[in-house]
Formats: sequence, structure tokens, C-alpha cells
Amino acid sequence: MAITPPENRLWWNEPIERVEIGWIVVAFLWGLFMFFFMIAWHFIGGQNLSTETYRITPAAYEQKVADFAEKYQVGDEMGVPIVRPPVGEDVYLLGRLWEWWPILELKKDQSYRFHLSSVDWQHGFSLQPVNINISVHPGYEQIITFTPTEAGEYGIACNEFCGIGHHLMTGRIRVVE
Amino acid sequence: MTAIDASYAGAAAAGNFRTCRYTGLKVEASAQSLIKANAVAAVVFLAIGGVMGLLVALTRWPAVHLLPSDWFYLVLTGHGANVLLFWIIFFEIAVLYFASAILLGSRLATPRIAWAGFWLMIVGALMTNVAVFQGDSSVMFTSYPPMQAAPHFYLGLIIFAVGALVGVGVFFGTLVIAHGERTYEGSIPLVTFGALTAAIIAVFTLASGAIILIPTFLWSVGLISEMDPLLYKVIWWGMGHSSQQINVAAHVSVWYAIGALTIGAKPLSEKVSRSAFLLYILFLQLASAHHLLADPGMSASWKIVNTSYLMYLAVLGSMIHGLTVPGALEAAQRRNGYTKGAFEWLRKAPWGNPAFAGMFLSLVMFGFIGGISGVVLGTEQLNLLMHNTIYVPGHFHGTVVTGTTLAFMAMTYYVLPLIFQRDIIWPKLARIQPYLFGLGAAGISLFMMGAGTLGVPRRHWDMSFTDAILQFELPSGGFLMMGLNGLSAVIASAGGILYILITVGTVLWGKRLDKGEAPLTFPLHKRAATVAEYGSHATVKLPGTIILVTIFFVSFVLYYFVNWKYLSELWLMR
Ligand SMILES: [Cu+2]
Repeated sequence: MAITPPENRLWWNEPIERVEIGWIVVAFLWGLFMFFFMIAWHFIGGQNLSTETYRITPAAYEQKVADFAEKYQVGDEMGVPIVRPPVGEDVYLLGRLWEWWPILELKKDQSYRFHLSSVDWQHGFSLQPVNINISVHPGYEQIITFTPTEAGEYGIACNEFCGIGHHLMTGRIRVVE
Repeated sequence: MTAIDASYAGAAAAGNFRTCRYTGLKVEASAQSLIKANAVAAVVFLAIGGVMGLLVALTRWPAVHLLPSDWFYLVLTGHGANVLLFWIIFFEIAVLYFASAILLGSRLATPRIAWAGFWLMIVGALMTNVAVFQGDSSVMFTSYPPMQAAPHFYLGLIIFAVGALVGVGVFFGTLVIAHGERTYEGSIPLVTFGALTAAIIAVFTLASGAIILIPTFLWSVGLISEMDPLLYKVIWWGMGHSSQQINVAAHVSVWYAIGALTIGAKPLSEKVSRSAFLLYILFLQLASAHHLLADPGMSASWKIVNTSYLMYLAVLGSMIHGLTVPGALEAAQRRNGYTKGAFEWLRKAPWGNPAFAGMFLSLVMFGFIGGISGVVLGTEQLNLLMHNTIYVPGHFHGTVVTGTTLAFMAMTYYVLPLIFQRDIIWPKLARIQPYLFGLGAAGISLFMMGAGTLGVPRRHWDMSFTDAILQFELPSGGFLMMGLNGLSAVIASAGGILYILITVGTVLWGKRLDKGEAPLTFPLHKRAATVAEYGSHATVKLPGTIILVTIFFVSFVLYYFVNWKYLSELWLMR
């Protein structure tokens, strides 16, 4: 039994049950398939997180985002600037206690180089209702090329716990035709 | 339920040993008291953490929304530490002592040092709890810098880990002693081998923990000025995820043990079951990457190799156990005479025995809920869909609650009579306990996974964003799911409270089994007493098991591709 030593001292020489061999082969092949499917998606799929990342000080990033917002601001909502960058321009978003800043207005089916970082603690960029979830770190500026495929209002929640105001940390992206 | 009594072996063989009159196992006094102490501590921390878990669920139930936000984050931090660390690791130390000293019929190595380890764990666990309740250490289980907790929060965790490491060392020492004193013949039993797997994993896991928590502690007292958040995460998860593999190895061992004790199940072949444990040791340390799939800075190839544990070889280990455990059960039941059709063995299984029921529910739900969701969640690109949503706690409640916790609860129904030598009080309530807890825990896992798929964030006090400047609404389905999650938590809590009452009541007031010929209410398999047959199972046909694993495999494949379909509908990104 499983709680007593194997009777056959040379248990490693025993034949393996056929059903076990069959299942091991199936499970192993399935594992191989899943492994290669992740690689394949980089070629066949349209959703792969970029790994383009730079080190940056939080202060420098904050300055970059502020400059960007000032340059392309078209209005504001509840005191948060609404920023409409030209198509093809780099887009900046920052997370800080407790907001996603600024509000972005993007065009549908256009691709943008999207910069993402935090200026204080770790935050979680969670775009709703599409449910795209990305971790955001202070000191690391990551760049993802996004192409919004549907017009509409998108909310951003923070889904990395960042202190007592975590649940107040929201933002907005607007996608227009 | 019938009573099964082996002939009473009378006085212990020699020295501090007694012979268990149900199993014929030699039980040494110091091993017995250490198992008792660790099991009792485990249950106490389960009670504390469980209450906190209920409070969390009642707060996340939108219609109830019980706690204010600061209390919610405090209690959530405490919930994670108490159930995921203190309950499980105390119980695991008890399992290690059981699998070494008791199953090998050996004395425990250095009982004094084992006690020192136990007290270190107690001091550490209490210190961390004090820090949490003082209110300035609500940093969550992951405690990512730059968010900082009080120094004694980290110090408590370090002391606890050192204590646990001492316990693991005593386990290794006991194996050496048992081998040296020839208390058993041939190879160690499979269950001990599984425990050895857990212990080896524990060593490098706890080492990772030391590497990350010691600098974090120094940072919290001001001796180190900066913690790199990304580096912290990589090393922290070297501990965090691997520690979950300790749990898997431990609860799989418990499955095999309960199968053997209840119906006399033997592994189909020792070689396969042991190799599956070996795969855990070889490949699971790569697992830290699972938590970094949505983080900047790591290359795609690093993520793919690591998250798959190099081509899913550790997953393969679990999938093998997914066949060999029910296969061993089916083979044993067929030998016990339940041979009709594909499923008579399952229908006529001892469902009224809480140890068996808990073990089987743990096996099924760990595979279907925890296992499948874990692989999907840990797929490089699919992770985008649920990273840090409440899907994540949904997944790990599937592994750690429906899997590990339920298996450990099931094992308790044997620990009580065999080690505490007390008969279970309230056997009728004990019968329903694993169903109540298992059903509730399954609901918790599934509804959180559902809510996460709809975008509900984890560790979040207010999913309606009422006071946020820029408001938006999550789908109403998400609110419904969180309500059902709350209901499931109430059911699971009922099962949890019942478990606490039964175990505490049994320890205090259960009928003593060490006096006279008191019968045992919970049946052990007859062969457990006689140890007539050893080793691998002779060849048998296992149609029921084949059908079960086929259902499992089809569910796995379907769910995997459904998620790729969802992914393909997201914004384009590269
Ligand atoms: Cu945040």
C-alpha cells in the first residue's frame, strides 16, 4: 500500500500499467502542444504583450506625461485633462495614488505606441470592459503598441492593491471613430 | 458504520513506542505529541483565518458590503497569512512527522529541536498577526514594495519560516534515523516519498523566502534604502509559487494515504507515481514566472519556458496523479468486490466516511477547478485576460481550498483516532462536513473565476467605484457572481465551523480509544491492520478511471481554447 514500503524491492523494474503509459503520452503531448502554441501565437495571434521596457526615474516619467498632456490637451473632465494625441504619436499614461492620468482619446483602428509606468507604487492597469490587465511598476517604462478595435468609453481600474484608496483609482480611455 | 478492531497489541514494543491497534503502526511518544501540537496550532490558525475569509467575502458581496475599506484590507491581509501560511504549513509539518516517524515506525529525530521549531513558528505567526491587527501592515499576502509594512510583520514571517525549516530538517533527520536503525524494509512508502518531495521543495522555497524577506525586513527598519519592485517580485514568487507546490505534493500524499487507509488502495505502479513526484522537484522552481506574465522587462521566451515549467512537465506530474489516484481507488474497490459496470466501484465507495469523501472531492475539484484554471491563467498571452482580476483568487481557492485544505481536513478524520486516540464526536455531522465545505469552496472558486472573467478586480473594496472621480460600471453579471461568491462563502464557512467544532470537540471530549476496547466509529480498511500486501497493484482494467480522465481532458482542452477565442477578440497589441 501507499503507506507501506513496496513489496517488490526492485519496484523500479516493474512494468508500467498500460493505461498509465497511454495517459502519460496524451498528457505529455498536450503539454508540448500548449508550449508550442504560446510560441505560435506570437506569429498567428494579434495579442502579445511587448517586452519593450526602459528604466526611468518616476520624476522623469511624470515630467514626460505632463508635457505630453499639456501639448495635446483638448478639454478636461472633473479636473482631469482630456488628451487627444495625433495618430501615430506616442501616448503616455501614468498610475499614481490614486488615479490613472490623464484621460486619453484615441482613434479606432489606429495603432499607438502606448507608454505605461507608475510614479509611486505598483499598480494594475485593468481596461474595462475589454478586460486587458497589465502590471505597472515604478521605475520601469513599458511600451505596448495598442490598436483599439472598437469605439466607445473604456474605464481603467487599478487591480494591484496600492493602499487605502486603491478602490478609488480609476481612469478613462475614449475611443472614437 | 461498523467498527473494525484489530487484535489489540497491548503494551508498546519498546521504549516510548505504542502500537496502534487499528493500523499496527508503531507510534513514538515524542512524534505523537509533536504531531498533536502542530495539528492543534494549524486548526487554531485556520479558525482565525477562516473568520477573516468570511468577513472578506461578506464585504465583497455587493448587497452586504460589510466592512469599511481600511478593515477590509487589514482583514484580507490577515486572511492570506493565516490560512495560506500558518494553517497549511503547521499541518504540513504534522504530515511530515507522520509520514516519517509514524509510517516508518521510527523515533523522531531530535524532538527538542523539533519543539524549538514549533515554538519559533508560533512566535512568528503571532508576531505577524499582531503587526496586521495594529493596522499599518495591510500590504496583502504578496507585500510588494515600495508598499511597506511594519518591521515585525516581515520579522514574524522570517521567524515562522525558520521554524518551518527546522521542522523540515527534523523530517530529514528522521528519515536518516529510520534508515540507519532499519525500522522498515526496502524503499520508503509512497506517501513518505511524496512527503519527501514536499520537504525538498520546502527547502528551496524557504531559502527563496529568506533571500527576499531578510532584505525587505532590513529595508523596513531603514538599513536598506531601496527595494527594486521587479526584482522583489521575481524572488518573492520563487517562494510564493513554489510553496504552493509543497502543498500539492503534501496533499497528493494525503490522497494516497487516505486511499490506503480507507479502502486499501495501492499505487498502480510505484514507478509512475514516484516519477510524478520527481517531476515536481525538477520543474516547479520555474513557477515564479506565472506571476510576472503581465509585468514589464521579461522576454517572451523567458516567460514561455518558465510558466510552462519547461513544457508543462510539472503539470504532467499532476496529470499523472490525476489518473493514478482514482486508478488506485478503482483497482482497490474492484478487488474489494465492486466489479459491476464502469462505476460500481465509485457508487459503492465509502461516501459516508468523511475522510474518503473529503479526499475524493479534493481530488476532483483540485483537478477540474484548480488545475485547469491554473494552466490557463499561467499561459503567457491568456494571462492578459485575468491577471490580477478576482479570477486569480478564484483559481487558487480551487487549488488551496478545494485541494489542499479539504484534503487536510479529510486527513484529520484519521489523525484524531490514530494520533489523538479519540473517537470522532458527532459522526453524523462529520459525514456532511466535507460536502458542505467542498461545495462552498467550489462555489467560491467558480464564482470568483466567473467574476474575474467579467473584469472584477481582486483585492478591491468597492467594485461599483462609487467614490471614484472617473466612474464606470462593471457588467451586472460581475455583481451577481460576487453575490453568489458571498453565498458560497457562507456555505463553506458552515463547513469550516463544523470542522473546527468537530476537531476541537473530539480532542477535548471524544471517547478515549487508548483505554479498553473502545470501538472506532470510522472504519479503516481491514488490510491497514494486517499489512498483508505491499507494493504495486496487480494489473486490472480500469474503465471508470479512463472515463473520468477522458472527461477531464476534454474539459481541459475546451476551456483552453475558449480562452484563446476570448483573447483573440481583444484590442490588438504587440
Ligand atoms: Cu493602484
